[in-house]
Amino acid sequence: MQVPAQVEYEKATSVQHALAMLARYGPAAKVLAGGHSLIPMMKLRLAQPEVLIDINGLTDLCYITRSGDQLRIGTLTRHAQLLDSGLAGEHFAIMHDAERVIADPIVRNWGTVGGSLCQADPSEDLSAAFAAMKGTMVIHGPGGSREVSAREFHTGPYETVVGPSELLTEIRLPIRPGGGSAYLKVARRTGDWPVGAAGAAVWLADAGGGTHKIADAGIGLTAVGATHFVAAEAEEFLRGRPADEQTLARAGEIAAEHCRPVTDQRGPADYKRHLVQELTVRVLRAAISRARGLAT
Amino acid sequence: MKLTLTVNGTEYARTIEPRLLLIHFLRDELGLTGSHWGCDTSNCGACVVWLDETPVKSCTVLAVMTDGRRVTTVEGLARGGVLDPVQDGFAACHGLQCGFCTPGMMMTARWLLDRTPDPTEAQVREAISGQICRCTGYENIVRSVLWAARRERDDEDA
Repeated sequence: MQVPAQVEYEKATSVQHALAMLARYGPAAKVLAGGHSLIPMMKLRLAQPEVLIDINGLTDLCYITRSGDQLRIGTLTRHAQLLDSGLAGEHFAIMHDAERVIADPIVRNWGTVGGSLCQADPSEDLSAAFAAMKGTMVIHGPGGSREVSAREFHTGPYETVVGPSELLTEIRLPIRPGGGSAYLKVARRTGDWPVGAAGAAVWLADAGGGTHKIADAGIGLTAVGATHFVAAEAEEFLRGRPADEQTLARAGEIAAEHCRPVTDQRGPADYKRHLVQELTVRVLRAAISRARGLAT
Repeated sequence: MKLTLTVNGTEYARTIEPRLLLIHFLRDELGLTGSHWGCDTSNCGACVVWLDETPVKSCTVLAVMTDGRRVTTVEGLARGGVLDPVQDGFAACHGLQCGFCTPGMMMTARWLLDRTPDPTEAQVREAISGQICRCTGYENIVRSVLWAARRERDDEDA
């Protein structure tokens, strides 16, 4: 039987209240959102906080809204809410692609977007998706709020820039014209962690004669040792090039060259590298089709 | 610490340790042993109960997190001694088999049919994809849920 060790419990009634308690308890405290990573880790004593600060009552942090040219997602938004959001899917289909393959419908009911990001598991899907979309994280602390690029949010496996007295409150995604996005994951079983996964967001520009060039691209890679979950070299290669198959094939090769997968129980490194090459091409193809308004 | 919640329409107040998991609270404190404690890792879904209107895996929720909320367990499915159509479906189509995964399967099935009264077989399979039947008897479980959906539509038409 697995049970967490003894722990104190506090229920936050507002963001300010949560921040005050985080300041009081310091690193001994952990924020409890959906708990679908934290509680299993507490059962295994991989995490042993002295105090849990439950933010599930902060329902004003559950939202998906558009504000000008930004899509804003509250940190306590449940995975199921993001999957059900027409607004999210309209602007960033990648989020629906990713959410559909995160865990299972029951886990998605309670697990949260912010919790997944702060857990920073190298196999977690949303980190790569938000990196591909070039999102920004809003972090509140004792001195006010700050914004950090999704690409600088993770400092290593299970580590983020969120300090012990800070709280991730919102994710902001820039809505730009000509955009399309997609996510693909290979897992051994339905609902399992990925062997490897890739996400892409592309922004097209008219190149004349019915053709398009890639104005900008974001590529996120999951579970394959990509720095900050990003295939930066492949993105750089794509910028300004024609949106054709030859370009995509080369981008896939570059992404595969620069990631650093490890051999583990989910598969050998060379297979994962092969997955990166193939998945990168496929998500770019799907993202470009969506940007052009073609169904995929 | 003190916990007050409503389970299957009845209010309970208990003093518990914050580390107590909801599944153990329901089974050991309230004696509601219908919900089963299975894998302990939120994989198997035998422990699924509703928290307010939403099914969750109660091995991965602390009981204190349900303070002031409503919990519905498999014991709350039948109303006034009349079984829920989902329960009738599991009986009619032999969806129980060994019975271990049944409470979670039924709670998820009820949720699915409330949201999607006329599900396809694929939608049923997707809905229960976070739940494991180690009899591997998914055929009968899917049939049971579809049977319940048909029954409810027939009742509606009648």
